[in-house]
Amino acid sequence: MQIEKKPLIVAFCCNWCSYAGADLAGTNRLNYPANVKIIRVPCSCRVNPLFILKAFQRGADGVIICGCHPGDCHYTTGNYYARRRITLLFSMLSYLGIEKNRVRLEWVSAAEGAKFAATMQSFAEEIAELGECKRLEDLRCKK
Amino acid sequence: MQEMIKSKLAELLSTGAVTKVIGWKRGENFYDVSPAAFESVESLADFVYDDFCGANLSKFLVKEPGKESKVAVVLKPCDTFSLNQLIKENRVNRENIFVLGVPCEGKLSEEKMRVMGIVGLTGCKVEGDKVTVETLYGTETLDKNDVLLTKCATCHSKKHVIFDELIGETGEDSDVDRFVGVAELEAMSEDERYEFWRNELSRCIRCNACRNACPACTCEKCVFDNDASGVAAKSNANSFEENMFHIIRAYHVAGRCTDCGECSRVCPQHIPLHLLNRKFIKDINTFYGDFQAGADAESEHPLVHFTENDPEPSIVKEGK
Repeated sequence: MQIEKKPLIVAFCCNWCSYAGADLAGTNRLNYPANVKIIRVPCSCRVNPLFILKAFQRGADGVIICGCHPGDCHYTTGNYYARRRITLLFSMLSYLGIEKNRVRLEWVSAAEGAKFAATMQSFAEEIAELGECKRLEDLRCKK
Repeated sequence: MQEMIKSKLAELLSTGAVTKVIGWKRGENFYDVSPAAFESVESLADFVYDDFCGANLSKFLVKEPGKESKVAVVLKPCDTFSLNQLIKENRVNRENIFVLGVPCEGKLSEEKMRVMGIVGLTGCKVEGDKVTVETLYGTETLDKNDVLLTKCATCHSKKHVIFDELIGETGEDSDVDRFVGVAELEAMSEDERYEFWRNELSRCIRCNACRNACPACTCEKCVFDNDASGVAAKSNANSFEENMFHIIRAYHVAGRCTDCGECSRVCPQHIPLHLLNRKFIKDINTFYGDFQAGADAESEHPLVHFTENDPEPSIVKEGK
């Protein structure tokens, strides 16, 4: 099978839920697009806004952040902070003219393997429709 | 007004209540009024308070290790918000500062006058909403609103939120809609917004004036000064770095920015940087309730606080 490299999607997944959800999707043999690259983070609030910009700089076409459902954070409150930060960043990106659909935040628990696969599938389709992200790309990072 | 302030400052210095005064001093040109420190009563002869004192002096109070003497500072109403915010963040020792509040009716912009063709300024007098300027080439009368600093045209408050003594009287919060510029941009399409910001931000020369003037940018080590981050001083080489620098700078001061407008005022390339900060202020107001940074020293910073019913980030997609 031909593995498509583009569009490139970066998924920041919380170690305690979405990352385990991805595992579950795998053990259940559920397919999700191969161009989704998962980066494990200890909590969704570990995602610094710089990480998201950096991902775009390095050629990502879409960035998705997955965390525990509000109220279920392993560290009790991390995802509530993340929610505020990420909302403001998304709003700012849109304000600067970056398409709104390039970034997304989803709450996926460790038991939701099917939701994880479905989310990645729908996000990958959206990004494929938008095409490559040129607006935040750094040409120096091109290989 | 200037003489009243001067005599108060002279009294403070001569009685030894303070060892230093932070105020303004005239530079080479009439309109060139810049921040200055005065350490003796004699040096106060150079002290100036006029219609070109736009600079926010709060930033100069950020504590320096090992330097703990009492300082007097002259603050306009908008500057007091910045000071309050710095106190809240423990960047300033309140006991070491004497705040002399001075009234402000909006400061003037020499740059705006220059664009109108008025050069060689030698004098200036404000009466109501008219400004009479004397230049090397004659006298002209202008509308004050046309030559106000951008930050003063959308002033959000003329009330001193912190002071030890006031010269004159403190004003009121104003109800000017300061988000007009932001709303205009929001009404554009994504492509138009991108074009707008590319046009503005591509002029950035990364002189760091916005960072140096900003009273909220007080990190001892800035993330952009980190050699290992790979982002230091590269914006002149690549468009991405300009975006990165300005997004992150605006983000780092989000919720702490008091909307003093210094970033736009000092920008040598005239980039409307306040539009980035105001976007965050507007978003915080809409999503998490009205918040004015620096209005008091107790309220919770909106980004280190949350409620269980905050809107989801998908609100960005649904809105507008």
